[in-house]
Amino acid sequence: MPPLDEIIRGSQIWKSVFRHPAPVDRRNRVVVMLTNFFLHLHPVSIKKQGISLSYTWCMGGVTFFLFLVETVTGVLLMFYYRPTLEWAYNDMLALRDVASLGILREIHRWAAHAMVITVWLHMYRVFLTGSYKPPREFNWVIGVILLLLTLLLSFTGYLLPWDQLAIWAITVGSNMARAHPFLGHEGPGSALLTLDGIDMITNASDARFGLLGARFVGEETLNRFYVLHCVAIPLGAALLMAIHFWRVRKDGGISGPL
Amino acid sequence: MHGHVSYEDFIMQVAGFLTAYYLFVAIMNAFAAYYLWQSGRAKALFRLPGSGLAVTTVHVWLLVAGVFTILSAYATNGGAAALSLSPLIRDGADWIMGPVVYSVGSLVLMGGLYLGRSFFVKPTVAWTGLNLSLLLMGLSMTDMDFASIVMKPDNVPIVAMIYLLGFFTWLSAHRAVENDARIARGEVPLEKLDDEKVLVWPDLVYTELICMIALTAVLFIWAIMLQAPLEEPASTVKTPNPSKAPWYFLGLQEMLVYYDPWMAGVVLPGVVVGGLMAIPFIDFNKRGNGYYTINERKFAYCTFQFGFLVLWVTLIVMGTFLRGPNWNFFGFYETWDAHKVEALNNVDLSQYFWVDLLQMGRPKAADDASMAVKIGYILVRESPGIMALAFYFGGGPPAMVIYSKFFREMFMRMGFVRYMVLSNLILLMALLPIKMLARWVVQMKYFISIPEYFLNF
Repeated sequence: MPPLDEIIRGSQIWKSVFRHPAPVDRRNRVVVMLTNFFLHLHPVSIKKQGISLSYTWCMGGVTFFLFLVETVTGVLLMFYYRPTLEWAYNDMLALRDVASLGILREIHRWAAHAMVITVWLHMYRVFLTGSYKPPREFNWVIGVILLLLTLLLSFTGYLLPWDQLAIWAITVGSNMARAHPFLGHEGPGSALLTLDGIDMITNASDARFGLLGARFVGEETLNRFYVLHCVAIPLGAALLMAIHFWRVRKDGGISGPL
Repeated sequence: MHGHVSYEDFIMQVAGFLTAYYLFVAIMNAFAAYYLWQSGRAKALFRLPGSGLAVTTVHVWLLVAGVFTILSAYATNGGAAALSLSPLIRDGADWIMGPVVYSVGSLVLMGGLYLGRSFFVKPTVAWTGLNLSLLLMGLSMTDMDFASIVMKPDNVPIVAMIYLLGFFTWLSAHRAVENDARIARGEVPLEKLDDEKVLVWPDLVYTELICMIALTAVLFIWAIMLQAPLEEPASTVKTPNPSKAPWYFLGLQEMLVYYDPWMAGVVLPGVVVGGLMAIPFIDFNKRGNGYYTINERKFAYCTFQFGFLVLWVTLIVMGTFLRGPNWNFFGFYETWDAHKVEALNNVDLSQYFWVDLLQMGRPKAADDASMAVKIGYILVRESPGIMALAFYFGGGPPAMVIYSKFFREMFMRMGFVRYMVLSNLILLMALLPIKMLARWVVQMKYFISIPEYFLNF
């Protein structure tokens, strides 16, 4: 009787999924990259510097992986979380104390912080190796937008636990929006510098109202940030990431002149 | 670890952490010694007199590992309280530390590291610096005020970020210095030696797989060891003091000290994003593409590092660790006292000009004057600041071309539009330190102060 792995690899089911032998020789190592949907993100062969960790720091890949971690844990968290004033905070308590896999929220939060840091480090590496230089100018611009989306993802997610930390951080962060030039009704700077006893309810400016969906951080804001956090921004980021990766291929690898 | 915990209880809590912490540093050094020994990269320092035995870096790091092991054992056996900086040093550090010392100190430190980079990138020097910073960190953790800020769950990533940034800055500078030396000798950069192509399977996909597994492990350990923060339920009537934005925006929040929100919160972030996007289109230097180098792109390197490390990161660190209630400045070892009073008597430029210099009142329209007249009076009142800024932004770019050979050559190579984008971005970036200096030296509040229309600058 042949060994088990040969039986499996020889079966019709296996062959229907993987249409070529195991990637143990040169030919099949090329074929695997061309026939696998996930692997075809990569080219078949790349410059040696492109896999050197001390050169690439792997930070772009790590950022993408953290995005996937956030997606998976985020979907699981959505099972347990309702973005309403009545339930948001209680669901947080339940997530910590009742739900199994009690570290779900921890993984989501720490991976989010880590993602902000790894995006910066990725950008830092790209700058220090001059990888934004022609022909990669456009991809750098996309990267800047992705940086912005990462910060917005983190910012909108910050509100969802609906505790003191959340609403006051969002309040402070979004207060800047009411000072938007040309949109009027921004309070004088001193009112913001003196954070003690700040009056929350203002004649809202359009920018802040548009962000919060209300004149102050409330239930409308929670709903708005929830939708932005779970649907709108991830979709935008996914689209831009697809373009970002595709352009890496089209522009001839991660760095260096063509 | 809140204020009402007694110091004895606090030390009990922190002793366990310190034990693990010092042990970790010891293991780290032992690994370094092992690596140097195995790779044959150990450097002989001197020979013991008599026996002639060569003392190498291996022995040094083994010794350091031994010292940290002893510290670890000491911390777990009730000696944690003694493992601290003397109150004299801590009070002295708090006394010296202020926004001016911190900001200027950061700039001087970065500048010094940059100028002495060929020394500081040496692995032995960098490793010594890392050990010293870790030791200082450990000794500081027995201070309640220091620990309470650093151990705040959301602040832990920032501590990690500081070390990560330090490491990667060192790594890139290390390679850049080596590349620059190679280029000076007429050789190609290290990266060019790796120009041949390799198959992605297995070389890259396995690296990625290992990275993913390692990262998953790190996330699990992190998530188990450190609980995500969950404070009291949200309340719109109880304002915490200080109220802080999420940590990555604290550099912007710190800028609120010097700028009004419309600048710090809207215009300057927009300029940062736009400026970042503009980088590939204003950096015409073709060299330094695909390898680490500093000498071949000094201007780009210094400008970016100034913006990123000096402005963005150090302001975040200041906003996170050093800004307490009422956004007052507190030293690393200072208790966050909500009643600390800091005199704020900042003066507008128009006040300096009309009242102090010309010894007259500031121009003011009659109360029943028409809108246009009032605006006219405001413009006259603020004319010193308006002219100063017009001179700065209007005269800056041409002056740079006229008086600096460097910028003149740049202008010739870049053309008008790209040069204007670059020079204005640099002038805008430089405005923040200028504004800080004006605040510190002459208590300048606003160059242009038009509170009637919320237009303070």
